Amino acid sequence: MYALLMVIWDILAHAFRPRVTVEYPEKKAYIPPRWRGRIILSRDPDGAERCVACYLCAVACPVDCIALQATEDDTGRRYPAFFRINFSRCIFCGYCEEACPTYAIQLTPDYEMSEYRRPSLVYEKEDLLISGTGKYPGYNYYRVAGIAIGGKGKGEAEGEEQPVDVRSLMP
Amino acid sequence: MKEVFAPLALIAGVIFVLTTVSAGLIWVERRLLALWQDRYGPNRVGPFGLLQVVADMIKILSKEDWTPPFSDRAVFILAPAIAMAAALLSFAVIPFAPGISVVDLNIGLLFVLGISSLSVYSIVLAGWASNSKYSLLGGVRGAAQMFSYEVFMGLSLMGVVMLSGSFDLREIVEAQRGLWYCVPQFPGLVIFFIAGLAATHRLPFDLPEAENELVAGYHTEYSGMKFGMFFVGEYLGITLICSLITTLFFGGWLGPVLPPVVWFFIKTFFFIFLFILLRASLPRPRFDQLMSFGWKVMLPLSLANVAVTGAVLLAL
Repeated sequence: MYALLMVIWDILAHAFRPRVTVEYPEKKAYIPPRWRGRIILSRDPDGAERCVACYLCAVACPVDCIALQATEDDTGRRYPAFFRINFSRCIFCGYCEEACPTYAIQLTPDYEMSEYRRPSLVYEKEDLLISGTGKYPGYNYYRVAGIAIGGKGKGEAEGEEQPVDVRSLMP
Repeated sequence: MKEVFAPLALIAGVIFVLTTVSAGLIWVERRLLALWQDRYGPNRVGPFGLLQVVADMIKILSKEDWTPPFSDRAVFILAPAIAMAAALLSFAVIPFAPGISVVDLNIGLLFVLGISSLSVYSIVLAGWASNSKYSLLGGVRGAAQMFSYEVFMGLSLMGVVMLSGSFDLREIVEAQRGLWYCVPQFPGLVIFFIAGLAATHRLPFDLPEAENELVAGYHTEYSGMKFGMFFVGEYLGITLICSLITTLFFGGWLGPVLPPVVWFFIKTFFFIFLFILLRASLPRPRFDQLMSFGWKVMLPLSLANVAVTGAVLLAL
């Protein structure tokens, strides 16, 4: 009986506590920088697309919402001919970001992407590409990777040693 | 002409005010529950969210009014009407103020108890006519709960009747000019309050519609305005019990300075707040606990209250 009355008193006292509700459109809750929100495609510091169209994100995606087609430019650099994310399917799990070997695909702290029409939720490459580097400034995949593409031969990447001729014993 | 139209206007006015207040209580309850749960509640539609009631009404009236094909059609439609009619009929004898009451019955209290017992029918019939197991379980629970709590609900009021010497609610109020009956009849007040909670099947006694056991109990199969009538009927029931507490134990319209109707509303709303506070704080008992509490604790207590009151009155 005493416990019941104390509970009632406690509940009554809650009327004078601060509210936990954040009144959304006027005020916005704090979103941490690592929040998994709208997906973007970033560019390297030189302004070229980071995506090398390896399909790892599409493979990692548990709901199959990523579609892309790889192609190459005349210097041998791979890039996606189209890159499409269906956000009406996306569950924002972030597996694509984890799978990406070039830091191209990233999740951002933006969550306000409501649409009146479902097809508007299908984002094409031009909707996904941003002009900056996103969370990883200064990283340029083609500059550190050992692959030879137009303008950069083998052994010319950052921190890469010259290729060794394994058939020669000379130091 | 005036003799015909004045009562009709009064009846229309009372029904209008009561249904508006009961619908408004939905907003009041949601705001108060939010207040006690560190939230805001509905505060977007209109000033303070007051128009939420209008929005809810538009929504519930424009919803599909579906009668399940497996239901007992006629009874299914009748049940919500009984719920609302029984609650509204009881208000006929409640004196809101010296000039404002629909009828002045000399057996007013008996009338209220009799009519409010009729609301059991709405629950049982709704549970039966829905022809689904959860509804039936809810209906059976409602019947058992309300029968056992009606018994000492009536008994708890006999002390008031003995003190005032009348079943007429107006005379009971007049008899409280010196001292409100909440003082000499405090046990009766507590017992009637608990019985009122059970009779309106409010939390903590909402076992007929216990959401986490019975989906929604007896109104599981209802939708649209038929569900809305159960909903408004429940709030009408709360208003009825609270205005009865006001009338019988807290001097009805009596009070200084302010007009009588205002006093009546202030007191009634205080008890409505108390009902909602209990809903916000107390957990639901098991059904066997509810029944044994009713029969083994409350019934002997109310009998003792009647006996002691009678003995004191005889001795004086």
